[in-house]
Amino acid sequence: MSHDPDQNLVHMANQIGQFYEALPDRAEGLAGIAGHIRRSWDPRMRSSLLKYIDERGGDGLRPMVREAIELERKELTPDPIQATYVKQG
Amino acid sequence: MSLMTQELDYGTPEVEATTMVTLTIDGVSVTVPSGTSVMRAAITAGVSVPKLCATDNLAAFGSCRLCLVEVEGRRGYPASCTTPVDANMKVKTQSPRLADLRRGVMELYISDHPLDCLTCSANGDCELQDMAGAVGLREVRYGYEGENHLKAVKDQSNPYFTFDPSKCIVCSRCVRACEEVQGTYALTIDGRGFDSKVSPGQMESFMDSECVSCGACVQACPTATLMDNSVVKAGTPDRIVTTTCAYCGVGCSFNAELKGAQVVRMTPNKDGHANHGHSCVKGRFAWGYATHPDRIQKPMIRKSYNDPWQEVSWDEAVNYAASEFRRIQAKYGRDSVGAISSSRCTNEETYLMQKLVRAAFGNNNIDTCARVCHSPTGFGLKATLGESAGTQDFDSIRHTDVVLIIGANPTDGHPVFASQMKRRLREGARLIIADPRSIDLVRSPHVQADYQLKLRPGTNVALITALAHVIVTEGLVDETFVRERCEWESFVEWKEFVARPEHSPEATADITGVPAEEIRGAARLYATGGNGAIYYGLGVTEHSQGSTMVMGIANLAMATGNMGREGVGVNPLRGQNNVQGACDMGSFPHELPGYRHVLDDATRKLFEADWGVPLEREPGLRIPNMFDAALAGGFKALYCEGEDIAQSDPNTQHVTASLQSMECIVVQDIFLNETAKFAHVFLPGSSFLEKNGTFTNAERRISPVRKVMPPLAGKEDWEITCMLSNALGYPMTYTHPSEIMDEIARLTPTFTGVSYEKIDRLGSIQWPCNDEAPEGTPIMHEVEFVRGKGKFFPTEYVPTDEKVNGKYPLILTTGRILSQYNVGAQTRRTDNVDWHEEDRLEIHPHDAEERGVIDGEWVGIVSRAGETTLRARITERVQPGVVYTTFHHPESGANVITTDNSDWATNCPEYKVTAVQVMPVFHSSKWQQRFKQFSELQQELLDGREPSTAPAR
Repeated sequence: MSHDPDQNLVHMANQIGQFYEALPDRAEGLAGIAGHIRRSWDPRMRSSLLKYIDERGGDGLRPMVREAIELERKELTPDPIQATYVKQG
Repeated sequence: MSLMTQELDYGTPEVEATTMVTLTIDGVSVTVPSGTSVMRAAITAGVSVPKLCATDNLAAFGSCRLCLVEVEGRRGYPASCTTPVDANMKVKTQSPRLADLRRGVMELYISDHPLDCLTCSANGDCELQDMAGAVGLREVRYGYEGENHLKAVKDQSNPYFTFDPSKCIVCSRCVRACEEVQGTYALTIDGRGFDSKVSPGQMESFMDSECVSCGACVQACPTATLMDNSVVKAGTPDRIVTTTCAYCGVGCSFNAELKGAQVVRMTPNKDGHANHGHSCVKGRFAWGYATHPDRIQKPMIRKSYNDPWQEVSWDEAVNYAASEFRRIQAKYGRDSVGAISSSRCTNEETYLMQKLVRAAFGNNNIDTCARVCHSPTGFGLKATLGESAGTQDFDSIRHTDVVLIIGANPTDGHPVFASQMKRRLREGARLIIADPRSIDLVRSPHVQADYQLKLRPGTNVALITALAHVIVTEGLVDETFVRERCEWESFVEWKEFVARPEHSPEATADITGVPAEEIRGAARLYATGGNGAIYYGLGVTEHSQGSTMVMGIANLAMATGNMGREGVGVNPLRGQNNVQGACDMGSFPHELPGYRHVLDDATRKLFEADWGVPLEREPGLRIPNMFDAALAGGFKALYCEGEDIAQSDPNTQHVTASLQSMECIVVQDIFLNETAKFAHVFLPGSSFLEKNGTFTNAERRISPVRKVMPPLAGKEDWEITCMLSNALGYPMTYTHPSEIMDEIARLTPTFTGVSYEKIDRLGSIQWPCNDEAPEGTPIMHEVEFVRGKGKFFPTEYVPTDEKVNGKYPLILTTGRILSQYNVGAQTRRTDNVDWHEEDRLEIHPHDAEERGVIDGEWVGIVSRAGETTLRARITERVQPGVVYTTFHHPESGANVITTDNSDWATNCPEYKVTAVQVMPVFHSSKWQQRFKQFSELQQELLDGREPSTAPAR
């Protein structure tokens, strides 16, 4: 697995996607992907992934994962104060 | 043998029967189940019957002839142990003739027995001594000049007990215990008549035989023939405290037998609800680590991990730690600190740790050892059944007809439960084993697997889906059960999924390496062989599809109706003494106690009201995420209790780089472990013998942990966490762990009925324990699943990213061994090293020959993550293409080569699949050389520590 933090997050998101893609109900699958990331990723990880999508087009993310994130972007976007790793000062 | 506990020995096992029989013994009327022996009936009635070969955990043997009785209307003097009761039987246990017969028997025994009672290690605790007194032995008419065994040589090969054949009365209890209780069949009686003698193996020493040192024979022996060396040295104990083992997830109940505050021996509690009076080498004998010279007894601090340690007072250490956490939060943010708990913590201690993180740190950065073992169990079973725990108790195996073991090695990892399983298998239950390696259970005395599915590592999900394919396409589904108890729509979707041709055994044979007809046979047996129970371990969970596989197991159990009663179920073999408890207590970044998500407003409000602080709703960091965040500069301080992440977590170099990047690591442990070598504060903790609390085993069984000696460093672990919380400004004023459990019960629906008073009264409690189940819940999901209806999930096989190729053509998988425990911090500091002094690499003869590997010689093992060296063991236990090792010794560097691949749902590391190459080498790896240097440096820094000028307590 890559130690590039962004690629790490892409990899993890894709793994989640591969499970939920197998669900016959696509809507349930999309909700599952977004829900899983929302419920188990800390805000900084979610923020990093969203930033990766915004700045690098989400290169490497599986299509269903991209779609799930876009559908639930608001819910996935953390409070800005919690979004960064290092507080200045 | 232990007469210390004054536990009544009924002579023969209890019988379960629906009809009862009433008889009279010495004029006393007694009613017992039909099939009970006269001996047991007598003892039940309060009538004592002399005995030597009989003991109530072994089937009647009838050899000593001491227990003879007179039965009205019957000829002769039958042995009461082998005579079943009859209605209206009239029995006399005492008469002049019986007295003569018994004295005669004792004369024979004593004519060939050393007369050294006063200097014997069993003095005062010897059944032979007791029987000599009971029968009124006054003389031995044979004299002592005849041929005898008094010069027989002792066998002291086992480090824990001595076998002195000069004292043996050949009652065969030890042989029978090894067969019936342990199931190893290591002992026999060699020779006949006067030549009869107990023989380990083929007249070998105990150490050279198949003996696994469980202690059952020592426990059974009525004389000093088999005796703990600790009793020989220290004398008979004078008090007992019942507590719970701190090793594996069986959670055996033990009696700590002491002289003052010194443990003399640990004997299994006959009334132990998990272990029923049995033990293994670790719990029974390997407790000496608690007083090992390596114990750190004073708090220490240092500015950097390259500095010498400085001993300080408790106040200074805790205040320093607290000030560092606050400094770091001020500089890097509230979320830059966190904690890791472990199974070494009691339930109460883990609860306090997650409370400290949430209330004092103000975040959810708390995780636990379950991350790296059974976190997929929590996720998978919650999704399918609604609760993150196994469904049965251990006793359920007594009603199982088909045992399916997947990715587990019970004889090594859960030995006492494995003995119970073997007993059931000897009674005729069938056995299916799915494992890349030939575990002992595949073929052992009177046990043989009907199907051994020796699959390739990483292909579990393909296998379970293929098994499901057979069940669905051959009409083996229990549709009545599914319609009544499961979400029908999810079942229909799942049924269509598994029935696809690509999921058939024939289509997946190339993936799994298991012949299709074997899969079909195993599936049919599981589905139609009666009560089917699945037992699984880390060979299921420690994979990139660990959670998927757990769901696949639950799917199979639901589809075949193997849920909700005794004898069936989904049984995760939780590896550690309190990993279940750590999960139950909410030691997770996303869950509060009782498996309730931090996002759930109602739950959070409940805790906020009780704790008096607002709580963070965003999930925190899991352990692997903590390492990544540390390297990214966002996670700078860690409070780590009882967990040795630098040895146990995968990709060691990544872990140690993360630790090196942190500014404050606080380790609370009993030894300076691998993680502590990078620490800035060391808080000396307490072993399980030095604290009060509770552990929860794999059966959801909450058992008491009782302090038997004062903590060597002066504080129980929970007290230290309270001190730290107070120093951080969040008050914790508990005076006893029972108060912590009361709080847990107040706030956790599955624990509302739990209290120390109830645990003391009942012995143990299986949660859920609440108004619906005031005395606990042995079997779950009896009427409905916790989520209401069980839910099926499709389990699409996704191959791991860890691919073999020309450079890394073999797959490494890992496991455990009986005599060592996890990272070995405890067991390496006991005589258990006699059995496993180093980790070895198991390699198939074909692979070895291809590479010029010689048995016992050093080999290098290299993966994409790193390299290390081990000595080779050539064996056909592993299949070609697969190598295997254990991870009990830090210098082995087993985790230097494991990777960061992990389960999709929980980040549980994929320890079981690492692509490697193996080759003969002549020197240790670079990592091992650096490790040796670093370890030597850290030892110097410890040895050269500045003593404190203030009292440590």
